[in-house]
Amino acid sequence: MKIKFHYIIIALLFAATGCKKDNYDAPSVKLSGHLVYQGEQVNVEFNQVPFQLYQPGFGLSGPINGTFDQDGGYSVLTFAGNYKFTISANQGPFLWKEVSAGKRDTLAINLTGNQTVDIEVMPFYLVRQPVFTKAGTNVNATFNIAKIVTDANAKNIERVTLYVNKTQFVSGSGDYNIAQTSLDGAALGSLTGISMSVAVPTIVPTQNYVFARVGIKIAGVEDMVFSPVAKVTF
Amino acid sequence: MKKISIILMCAGLLITGSCRKDSDFLEVPPKAVVDANVAFSDPNLVLSILGDLYNRYLDFSGLDNGWASFVDFSEAFPSENGSSYFVQRTGWGYGEWGTWDYTYIRELNLFIQRATASTALTDAEKNQFVAEGRFLRASYYFEMVKRMGGVPLITEPLDYDFSGNVAVLQKPRNKESEIYDFVISEAEAIKVLFNSGINDKSRASKGAALAMEARAALYAASIAKYGVTTPQVTLTGGEVGIPSSMATGYYTKALAAAQEIITGGGYSLYKQLPDLSDNYANLFLDKNSSESIFVEDFKANGGKTHGFTTNNQPFSISDEGLDAGRLNPSLNLVEAYEMLNNTYAPIATKTAGGDPIYYTDQLDAFAGRDARLAGTVLLPNGLFKGKRTEVFAGYQLADGSVIASGDATQTRDVPGLGTAIQVVGKDGIVNGGEYRTQTGFYVRKYLDPTVGSGRRGRGSDVNFIRYRYAEVLLNAAEASFELGDAATAAGYINQVRARAGFTTPLTVGQITFDRIVHERRVELVFEGHTLFDMKRWRLANVVWDGNQMTVADLVSNIGDARKRNTQPFGLWPYKYFNPGNPNSGKWIFKETKPASVTGANRFQLGNYYSQIGDGIISANPKIVRQPNQ
Repeated sequence: MKIKFHYIIIALLFAATGCKKDNYDAPSVKLSGHLVYQGEQVNVEFNQVPFQLYQPGFGLSGPINGTFDQDGGYSVLTFAGNYKFTISANQGPFLWKEVSAGKRDTLAINLTGNQTVDIEVMPFYLVRQPVFTKAGTNVNATFNIAKIVTDANAKNIERVTLYVNKTQFVSGSGDYNIAQTSLDGAALGSLTGISMSVAVPTIVPTQNYVFARVGIKIAGVEDMVFSPVAKVTF
Repeated sequence: MKKISIILMCAGLLITGSCRKDSDFLEVPPKAVVDANVAFSDPNLVLSILGDLYNRYLDFSGLDNGWASFVDFSEAFPSENGSSYFVQRTGWGYGEWGTWDYTYIRELNLFIQRATASTALTDAEKNQFVAEGRFLRASYYFEMVKRMGGVPLITEPLDYDFSGNVAVLQKPRNKESEIYDFVISEAEAIKVLFNSGINDKSRASKGAALAMEARAALYAASIAKYGVTTPQVTLTGGEVGIPSSMATGYYTKALAAAQEIITGGGYSLYKQLPDLSDNYANLFLDKNSSESIFVEDFKANGGKTHGFTTNNQPFSISDEGLDAGRLNPSLNLVEAYEMLNNTYAPIATKTAGGDPIYYTDQLDAFAGRDARLAGTVLLPNGLFKGKRTEVFAGYQLADGSVIASGDATQTRDVPGLGTAIQVVGKDGIVNGGEYRTQTGFYVRKYLDPTVGSGRRGRGSDVNFIRYRYAEVLLNAAEASFELGDAATAAGYINQVRARAGFTTPLTVGQITFDRIVHERRVELVFEGHTLFDMKRWRLANVVWDGNQMTVADLVSNIGDARKRNTQPFGLWPYKYFNPGNPNSGKWIFKETKPASVTGANRFQLGNYYSQIGDGIISANPKIVRQPNQ
């Protein structure tokens, strides 16, 4: 068969012109970090504490919305540029600086390459020295509570709750716990050496470990502050 | 020569023919667009414009919004696998329920402006049309303030002058209380303008304006009073949140508007049928109901129908094969209906000793309750279109084992009874068996018994009632209770309860906030009130707190306004089979959480007011963001 070269040339020309870039670069700069208080991680509920990242200077402005992980971690994959980081009013179990009443302060971030920015916040309370142990089919927890905000903004503890779940996601929401027990804030007394215990129900299919953590519900604050998640093996 | 004269004549004709002015030739009025001056020259044309504006009235739940607009908030379970997200999600997005239709507002403003300016209409016609336009505009502002809080209040059509400067068009949000004030003052202003000769409940009337006023004032009052429990849900500019000092004023207005309807509105509670459940169900079916004040009307074979009956009819009685049974009321709701002696009690399934209770007829389990239960919910073995539903989840044997199958057509052997027996009901219950009930209940409210109403082609033309007299009575009861007059409140609430079969009236001492919350729930369920009631009482974040529910939670504290209601449950009947036992062949019931219910409703503080889109805020920087968002 006679090869028709002009067809091949036309095909090659099409292929070559198709090589032109027809798209934008994907975002590639990673901004990540944790919620911290003096270097100590602030643990919150998964997907419940939102943050907003604004990039001013592009006409219409809208935030990049994200939420913090259980350990207070966040990460955003975006482009290099100047950003402003903020958290909406009444979100999170901590105080966020306000420039005036109702005006939330922002944190300027100049993003040139991958960068870790820890977000310094002032939590109302923190759970310290949590220890989770097994006792029969129960999970026992002992911990101290540190009251961080003691000035006029101080708030009371509504309740303290010990949550247990079969997966690493542990909180009060939906199927993030299989057992929980609460202590009323008024019944707490001393904030040190608090102990709680909760019975773990039968898990189907069987597994010989659970995840546990304690959370503090602060009066008048929607989000709880937690201890880190601990794995308890039976 | 002859030829030349013919040519000249032709040329002359051509030249004179082209002498028409350019503008005459080019400016042809479009035939598809009716000019405003023409449109407002004839009352029939105005009415057709108004018809379009009525059609765009926004309802939360509506028969033409689809069955799914009724299903949320754990009052029902969605028996359609594609809609399982209602019970699998753990909350709502901040943008949920939002509305921001300023196109509608502009067209209403234009309508009001043009109808007012029209010279061809008589004063009486003009008053009626303008009043209807203002009613629709106030209704939409009311709908916006319920969902978004304070919004920019635009009462004149805005025009852009193409100067490049849009600042004059960028209006900031008004205070939440200002929008409520606008709705109330509009209702007061237009109530005298309506032509009382028009007796069409799908059009606005004096009664509709007053009913809107009563409801709006009540909402504003309760936000003022109960907003103090959620101080985070406010904005410093008052765009969200109403000062508590305004509560009494609003309650007084709500009561006055409601009483104006009660004393002189010409409406009454629907009492036509001897069976009180049938009577309650019929109030939604009877187009001449004396109870309805403002409705969305439908007409079969006339172009405006809805598929509510098609979507929700019992499976075995369906007119449309597999199209049926999507909206399944939950046991949570069913248990809320009181016993006829004014006490709360769960449906009895076990004796004090823990043994199951055996019922000869499935309906016996629901006997002696509020007549509205059987009027709202089609109970197992309930009657629809002359047939009874067949609802059971399997055979229970003496040793406690259950024989069930994946479908009524899949037979099983039941030892002692025979082989190839049908072991589940034709109308359910099987986990994941969509279009059949998965809670044990079908919906009866709005379900149309007319022949052919369940067919997709014909559809149903049952009305959707937006305002009805029973709600006005409950609004009056709530307002007078909050004003400290429990005796008047008892008088109003007992009228509604007497119609539901309660022979012992509630005493003045028995009227509490929880009673009022409860009464609204059972009377007005599936009418689009649940979300807004829970929001205005600031109870939404309490009852939908994101925690899972157990059966023990479900059956305790019934009637408590703060009772958790995060997951819909079902009540599954089983046929007991134990030859020789006197209970063999009877029914037992088990409270069951349908398998697809994995999420639990969580209402965050940021859900109280729906998000205003970033596009809107970018285009108008004067708009402040919602609290917590």
